[in-house]
Amino acid sequence: MSEQLDAGLIAEQIAESDQLGEPSGAHEVGRARRRKEDARLVTGRTTWTDNIQLPGMLYMAFLRSPMAHARITRVDTSAARARPGVVAVYSGRDLADEQGSLPCAWPVTEDIVIPDHPPMAVEEVRYAGEAVACVVATDRYKAADALEAIEVDYEPLDAVVDMTEALAEGSPLVHESGNRAFTWKFAGGDIDAAFRDAPVVIERTYVQQRLIPTAMEPRAVVATTDGDGFTLYSATQIPHVLRVMLALTTGIPEHKLRVVAPDVGGGFGSKLQVTAEEVLGLLVTRRLGKPVKWTESRSEGNLTVHHGRDQLQRISLAAERDGRVRGVRVDLLADMGAYLMLVTPGIPLLGAFMYNGIYKIDAYDFTCTGVFTTKMPTDAYRGAGRPEATFAIERAVDELAHELGLDPVEVRRRNWITHQEFPYDTICGLTYDSGNYEAATEKALALFGYDKLRAEQSDRRDRRDPVQLGIGVSTYTEMCGLAPSRVLGSLSYGAGGWEHASVRMLPTGKVEVVTGTSPHGQGHETAWSQIVADALGVPFGDVAVLHGDTAISHKGMDTYGSRSLVVGGVAVLAACEKVKDKARLIAAHMLEASADDIEFSAGSFTVRGTAEGRTIQELALATFAAHDLPDGVEPGLDADATFDPDNFSFPHGTHLCAVEVDTETGACAIRSYVAVDDVGSVVNPLIVEGQVHGGIAQGIGQALFEEAVHDTEGNLLTTTMADYLIPTAADLPDFTTDRTETPATSNPLGVKGVGEAGTIASTPAVVNAIVDALRPYGVHDVRMPCTPERIWRVVSEAGPPASGSAAAEAPAGASAGASAEAPAPTSGPGPMSTPGPASTPGPASTPGSGSGEATSSSEGGAR
Amino acid sequence: MPRITVTVDGVTYEEEVEPRLLLVHLLRDRLGKTGTPVGCDTSNCGACTVMLDGRSAKSCSVLAVQADGSDVVTIEGLARGDEWHPMQKAFHTEHALQCGYCTPGMIMAAIDLLRDDPDPSEEAVREGLEGNLCRCTGYCNIVRAVRLAAQEMAQAGERREVRTP
Ligand code: FES
Ligand code: FES
Repeated sequence: MSEQLDAGLIAEQIAESDQLGEPSGAHEVGRARRRKEDARLVTGRTTWTDNIQLPGMLYMAFLRSPMAHARITRVDTSAARARPGVVAVYSGRDLADEQGSLPCAWPVTEDIVIPDHPPMAVEEVRYAGEAVACVVATDRYKAADALEAIEVDYEPLDAVVDMTEALAEGSPLVHESGNRAFTWKFAGGDIDAAFRDAPVVIERTYVQQRLIPTAMEPRAVVATTDGDGFTLYSATQIPHVLRVMLALTTGIPEHKLRVVAPDVGGGFGSKLQVTAEEVLGLLVTRRLGKPVKWTESRSEGNLTVHHGRDQLQRISLAAERDGRVRGVRVDLLADMGAYLMLVTPGIPLLGAFMYNGIYKIDAYDFTCTGVFTTKMPTDAYRGAGRPEATFAIERAVDELAHELGLDPVEVRRRNWITHQEFPYDTICGLTYDSGNYEAATEKALALFGYDKLRAEQSDRRDRRDPVQLGIGVSTYTEMCGLAPSRVLGSLSYGAGGWEHASVRMLPTGKVEVVTGTSPHGQGHETAWSQIVADALGVPFGDVAVLHGDTAISHKGMDTYGSRSLVVGGVAVLAACEKVKDKARLIAAHMLEASADDIEFSAGSFTVRGTAEGRTIQELALATFAAHDLPDGVEPGLDADATFDPDNFSFPHGTHLCAVEVDTETGACAIRSYVAVDDVGSVVNPLIVEGQVHGGIAQGIGQALFEEAVHDTEGNLLTTTMADYLIPTAADLPDFTTDRTETPATSNPLGVKGVGEAGTIASTPAVVNAIVDALRPYGVHDVRMPCTPERIWRVVSEAGPPASGSAAAEAPAGASAGASAEAPAPTSGPGPMSTPGPASTPGPASTPGSGSGEATSSSEGGAR
Repeated sequence: MPRITVTVDGVTYEEEVEPRLLLVHLLRDRLGKTGTPVGCDTSNCGACTVMLDGRSAKSCSVLAVQADGSDVVTIEGLARGDEWHPMQKAFHTEHALQCGYCTPGMIMAAIDLLRDDPDPSEEAVREGLEGNLCRCTGYCNIVRAVRLAAQEMAQAGERREVRTP
């Protein structure tokens, strides 16, 4: 506990001293400021893209393929064209010469296959929902009506929805070049040595089911032109990246294209994309000279917003009998879907560096194969690669603990990097700059009442209570604050990871901040105002933050990857420092002093040792008038800054989850959830807490409720909110959240980023808890989402519980034959399936050398 | 085309509407009441919730013709002048919104919840808001906000009927 308190103190001291300039009277940073954004949002004065009405505006609707894989043999749009109110109808063929190919900016290997991806299908459709034709009409109802009159003939082709099948000999081909998009390898240390004669080897296969991001605001696009330039409004996270990409795709010169992200209702990665509809909106407005709007329905969105996750993870862990992990080997299949979209292939790579978690490991070996299937492409979804990695390692570490009869917290303790060891160079080549896993864990255990819950668990086990208690632990870290440009370059990403900001003092002393980040719920207007208020010594209310319009914010890399504060907020601070540097020169000139003698405090520049000074507002007016400036100083008090981080940032934390599992019905309820996160120094604790809450909820969604389900023909079965279940208020408990603060050393604010932390941590915490509850039944896994049906089946297949708590804690020999895995691989909504041959081994498998000490419950055994 | 008369946020409108026009589209596309958003097409999300004759209703599952003769209050008509409704204040105070897309519907549903249960337990709030989805907040702060608003409204002796007087 004391370590944690120290960390907090240090953070405060640093915040007080050099980080924010000289100490200023007011402390905005660290305050739970209520958000500036709220006023318009709670009164309905919002600017969602679908709100936009322009004179003469037309509405677009898309006809979408009802088949996952088919050749288009005929499209007849003539009847639709004759419908009332219909202005134009286009097939893919009509636009083939100008529509280009949707971009993939992350060619992860030299020999990666990046198939042509026409925004509207011309010859072949490769997933259900792919656009095949488009109606433009005078209102949204008429546009939808006319879709029915379009005739399309398809020649069905075989679908392939399962990755293992897609890689098998003779599989239907998604693209002629084959179903393997790339294989990417990464290694560190001597993996063979780590596994050779390892006393314990844990091998598991985990299924990261496909998810649908489900931002509450459906996507929407408005495109308009004045005949020369074009403006695209879009519900996007990435107006800047989008502008560059659309210029490259459509041939509209970049300087003739303005992209606006108005109020955007959540993204979670799903609006980090260059979509077909954005490209087609521009093409249609270019053809018709009229503004056009498209707003997706939720069912259309479930089909065609890029999906997330969908990986098959084989993870092996070699360990000593004391629980120390020697090495980790990961073999990953990542479902790309039918095409590679903006960063599709890079998502598993973002996880590649995280399978070591917070642990000291000697050797690591990672292979990822990107696989094409006839499904909607996958791409970024909250956490993007890191939740998958964290899930696998945190699940596997729990299996190791179980195998050795150790408490899961104890196994982690034996492996984690201690706080004295920072900065720590990991086996994956990252430098974790700071952290204190002990402090976060101690605090979480205390808040959770860990020992008491363990006692209750053991009591319930002894009583053979049909409702069992499970305790799940997840200690995570993540790399975020994307990203050092040079690192992105080394990973073949097509752009940098810097961020830009401008800070300008207006003549009346108010401040305008322009940021390259593009918030869609994160509260940047509030947090950036706090940073600026402290840095310049101006009132919080005197700061306005402008964003999300390339005509206003000309430069930026936008919002994703928990990067906005860590990169963009730091750029804002840097611009403030430049403004102050200039103000100091002018103050010195006006006060007839040397700049070295000018002190800045609470918004005033004074001559050292005197009361004589000028406020920053006075200096702003003086530079506007520009009557008396020092030689060589330009009028105006403003500055630009671009920040490119040297390193990622590494938030971490400990999440603990208690679940009650009814072994007779499979019902599972979260009884308590404790999260102690260390996101470094905190600008606004209210916003941080909100991000953590929402993140946890999304991770729980993956663990318990959510899955995009396809039938064997490749049809999506979960097209509505009634089928694809995101958590409701009634599904979730209150979360107990707290923090430790170990400032990041990689940026002057000491911040680490918080957008993805909760999601990364919570999924394994919940599943670990469920498996923990079912240990007496010999259960070693429940496939996500852990629905009551799946839990019930696992329990019924496992048979009666072994006697009492002893069995659960020392499973050796007691659980033979009680593997949780169902034998038959299916890709459908079946209750339990773990594809692939690696699904059969039980809790642990002992390498052939037979050192003998390993617990011998291994049923399948073979590696 | 049927002709309807409907009062929205205190203004009476007479409109000719197609029988199939949804109330939410009347509000958004015809009357410019874009404060009420649409989040789904299956009446699951609750983003479109408004007060229809004093009770909350999902305006995507009501036809405009069904609202003939009715009084509708949207999020835009909730404040009295510059004075926000206690529920709006509580959402702001408790940081019960992030992107804010679910917020108009959530606020309307919460007000209706308090009409039936002026002092709801945490569980009652969670059950009562089950028909309103939020992807950002994890609901913790929404629950807090609703309970805070309940307190404030009780203290002020307020059981506000949300309809045009
Ligand atoms: S828009 Fe989803 S319930 Fe009305
Ligand atoms: S605040 Fe974004 S959906 Fe609720």
